[in-house]
Amino acid sequence: MHWIIWCILGIILTPFLGGLIAGVDRVVTARMQRRVGPPFLQPFYDVLKLFGKEKLVVNRFHGDFVLCSLIFTVASVGLFFAGQNLLITIFALIVGNVFLVLAGYCSNSPYSMLGAERELLQMLSAEPMILLSAVGLFMVTQSFDIATIITSGKCLICYLPGVFIALIYVLTIKLRKSPFDLSTSHHAHQELVKGISTEFAGPSLAWFEVIHWYETIFLLALLYLFFASTPILGVIAILFVYFLEILIDNINARVKWELMLGSAWVVTLVLGLGNLMLLYGIQHI
Amino acid sequence: MVFNIYNNLGEVKVSSISKSPWIIHYDGSSCNGCDIEVLAALTPRFDVERFGIINVGNPKHADILLITGSVNTQNVEVVKNIYNQMGEPKVVVAIGACACSGHFFAECYNTLGGVDKVIPVDVYCPGCAARPEAIIDAVVKGLGVLEEKRKKMKQKK
Amino acid sequence: MNLAYFLILFPLLPAVLLLLTKNYHLQKWIVVISSAIIAAASIVFAIQHLHAGGEYINIISTTPNILVTIGDILLALTFLFVCRKLPLKRYWIPLLVVIQYGAVIFYELVGKIPETTHYLYVDSLSAVMALVIGIVGTLIAIYTVGYMKHYHHEHPEIKNRSNQFIAAIFLFFFAMFGIVFSNSVTWIYFFWEITTLCSFIMISYSQSEEAIHNAFRALWMLLIGGLAFAFAIMILADKTGTIELQKIMMMKQSIVLLPVLLLCFAGMNKAALYPFGNWLLGAMVAPTPSSALLHSSTMVKAGVYLVLRCSPILQNTAAGGMVALIGGLSFVAASALAISQTDAKKILAYSTIANLGLIVLCAGIGTAFTLWAAVLIIIFHAVAKALMFLAVGVVQQQTGSRDIEDMEGLIAKMPLVTITMLIGIAGMFLAPFGMLISKWAVIEALTIRNPIFPTIVIFGGSLMLFFWTKWMGKIIVVKQRQHGFEKGIGIEWIALIGLSLLTILTCVCYPLIGKYALVPLYGPTPMLSYGVEITILTMLALMLLPPVIMLMRHKHLVFVPPYLSGINVTDPAQFRGSFGAPEAWSFRNYYINKFFGETILTKWTITFSLVLMILMFFVRSF
Repeated sequence: MHWIIWCILGIILTPFLGGLIAGVDRVVTARMQRRVGPPFLQPFYDVLKLFGKEKLVVNRFHGDFVLCSLIFTVASVGLFFAGQNLLITIFALIVGNVFLVLAGYCSNSPYSMLGAERELLQMLSAEPMILLSAVGLFMVTQSFDIATIITSGKCLICYLPGVFIALIYVLTIKLRKSPFDLSTSHHAHQELVKGISTEFAGPSLAWFEVIHWYETIFLLALLYLFFASTPILGVIAILFVYFLEILIDNINARVKWELMLGSAWVVTLVLGLGNLMLLYGIQHI
Repeated sequence: MVFNIYNNLGEVKVSSISKSPWIIHYDGSSCNGCDIEVLAALTPRFDVERFGIINVGNPKHADILLITGSVNTQNVEVVKNIYNQMGEPKVVVAIGACACSGHFFAECYNTLGGVDKVIPVDVYCPGCAARPEAIIDAVVKGLGVLEEKRKKMKQKK
Repeated sequence: MNLAYFLILFPLLPAVLLLLTKNYHLQKWIVVISSAIIAAASIVFAIQHLHAGGEYINIISTTPNILVTIGDILLALTFLFVCRKLPLKRYWIPLLVVIQYGAVIFYELVGKIPETTHYLYVDSLSAVMALVIGIVGTLIAIYTVGYMKHYHHEHPEIKNRSNQFIAAIFLFFFAMFGIVFSNSVTWIYFFWEITTLCSFIMISYSQSEEAIHNAFRALWMLLIGGLAFAFAIMILADKTGTIELQKIMMMKQSIVLLPVLLLCFAGMNKAALYPFGNWLLGAMVAPTPSSALLHSSTMVKAGVYLVLRCSPILQNTAAGGMVALIGGLSFVAASALAISQTDAKKILAYSTIANLGLIVLCAGIGTAFTLWAAVLIIIFHAVAKALMFLAVGVVQQQTGSRDIEDMEGLIAKMPLVTITMLIGIAGMFLAPFGMLISKWAVIEALTIRNPIFPTIVIFGGSLMLFFWTKWMGKIIVVKQRQHGFEKGIGIEWIALIGLSLLTILTCVCYPLIGKYALVPLYGPTPMLSYGVEITILTMLALMLLPPVIMLMRHKHLVFVPPYLSGINVTDPAQFRGSFGAPEAWSFRNYYINKFFGETILTKWTITFSLVLMILMFFVRSF
């Protein structure tokens, strides 16, 4: 039953890994801007400080929704590391996102509600590609189980380059990086004041940050699956992709949601679906 | 939950609250001179993010309130509103001479003559305009006040 | 075996009784007692037939057949009667009636219809459909009694014919049980057109100009389906020598493909898939119970039920692929169209079309796994959609509006009804509730085929998530508590709470549904595998946590107003405007008419679906 051990390890280690990656993110961003930047452990200081603040709320429910979002995001990461069905794991992540949107709506504040609306648009743009990548992984390995995909031994990136590139494009949306950080952005940026997280304060904001770490690790692990047959190349690939995302974040300005939705869908259909159709054609000749 | 650094005598030197102070900046009818200096402090030349300082736009997320300008009758309510929407422990830093005492607008009919007439101020940073180095110094002094307030909060619980 | 007869014939009794009385209390008791009897009978029937294989019910005497023929003649005359006031330029509506009934009645009278004794056939699918009709349908009937009382209280200008309305509901039960138990195509045709008649009666209930116009639009669109049905009967009678559905499914594809495609056409027509979607949208002017019963839970399910029955012939043919593509197109298009709607009933109508399209997509592909998913979608959708319609009906009566923008902050006005709505919406798209399980199954099942199919489901699902979450967010905005909005609701609570519990129950029990209903039909599938069950049950268990968390006491909360750039006033819905006086702020959802508006999308969808329909008939030679 060692998948339970993997699951628990995954759930416990992810916040540490995620916080470290967030810290590296801020240092690299600072260096790109010719600054020194904060210490590497800064995100941990931030989260710990937030837990020590007063619990400011507008009503007693939006904090609960953030907690529910946390539960399902943690569940999705746990299911991922336990090697279960990839589709259900992604759906669990989506449920986590939905609870976050509901948290944004229920606080009855215009910035928050508008941020929640934009978050929905982000989900509409990013979700299809993530699910399509799962479909692509199935087409090569004939299984949706993560355990089987990891041990399949096939060079998945060789069969699915288009899907991978499209996934990187959509990753910018999920990681809340410019040009697609419409609903809320990292702490140094602002959009609609703070978008969906405007009314979160104290512990709620800390959990919001932690949820983001879990999501980041989930998405990077999904990218890793494409290189599962060569672990070292996989780690290098995700570090490179993350560096690419930081670079894109620093180069670009925020765009309007029409451009985000349109371009994400075009990329999904052309690169993602195109790759899959080619694969289908090759498999059935 | 905190992160503590202890000094040689086993006393808490600094906790996570002062490793990650988030500021919000409000212009209480200043001439914008001090505001520009505050923004300059955020730029790469002075780089306050070294201390973990981030400029957030929302009082609910902030620990330190940087106010410039002497408050006038039109934005008295706004200043109080923003102060009330910040979470404990919080610190107010009055930046610039106008914020400290009203400077040469102190006798005007519409100004109240300094921020401390409206909300409790913890650190005064004089200057017209206050230099970025002085602003950073004031914020760092504010960190010490934050630590004390956090200790008092913990003791009260 | 006798239960099948009982279930078909019994509803005629309350129908007749209701026509005789206008007393509200008498109506209430007739409805409640008959509903209880029908529900109990369906449950017993299901227990008898779920686990077993299919069996024929032989009818030796020719009397029922003669009665069906007489019924057809009476129906034709009734249709011509309702068309009597039509202007002359709409001659083609009675013409449709004359052509299809002329042909069928001629064949029946002349004896060209092949003889058989296997008029009824029951198996697990019939049992599942009987449960849906018997439980969901009867709950809606109970709701109707309370609803119609309020309806006439609020609309005194409409003549009170509520006893006719509820009688039509029971007539409809008669027809629906007939459809799901019948094996003979002529019998299905008879019951099919009764449902068309019931639909017409219910849509035109308020006798307003719009209602009558929409009723006739529904009538002629449904009659086109009936025409296709009549052609199918004629071809079957002439070319194949049998009208038994089960026998047809076992014949060679090349012989029966055309009549089966015509039956599928009739099924898709009744299920309001594109290009026929507009009749369902127009039917939303009818009182809410008819929208819940006919136009989401049951009548349109009869359409997809027929397509499901036809799926053995469609498997692995290009025509089946076309059927699947039409279903998929309806799924994506209707989901996109629902985003731009503000009228709650129209959103529910589009969502119904979308889900029916998904079921037809599954039926067109026809593998065991997709058929599993199709039946699961039928069950979950019927329950959740009925709940949503009933909740919207109650909200409209109590607050006076069914526009979503007016439902902002509904949880502060009508908390219990909002919670049932939340359960309904969650049941429609949220994991781990039923519809999500079905969608997951569909994606799994379709991925072994052309990647176009799972892509359609993925895009449609994402669009669906957008408008459902938007709605959910609107109703949970926490505003000032207002009392008194839930006071007028009486007997409707039975239906609302019953359906909420059913939504939760069906999704918790999906492994049982799989084992007892679906394995006998289609064999086992990966959905029952150990890993999947553990995962979904884990998620269901986690779903218990949100209500627990929200009911827990919270300590040390400090309440502050929302952030409004510092210019808050005491009322959180207002801010201090530029002249110092309070001004209200308001928020409106995105409806994105630019991309998802009705004017653009409907045109393209109808065009594409027409092309696919025509192709469907022509590729059959592959």
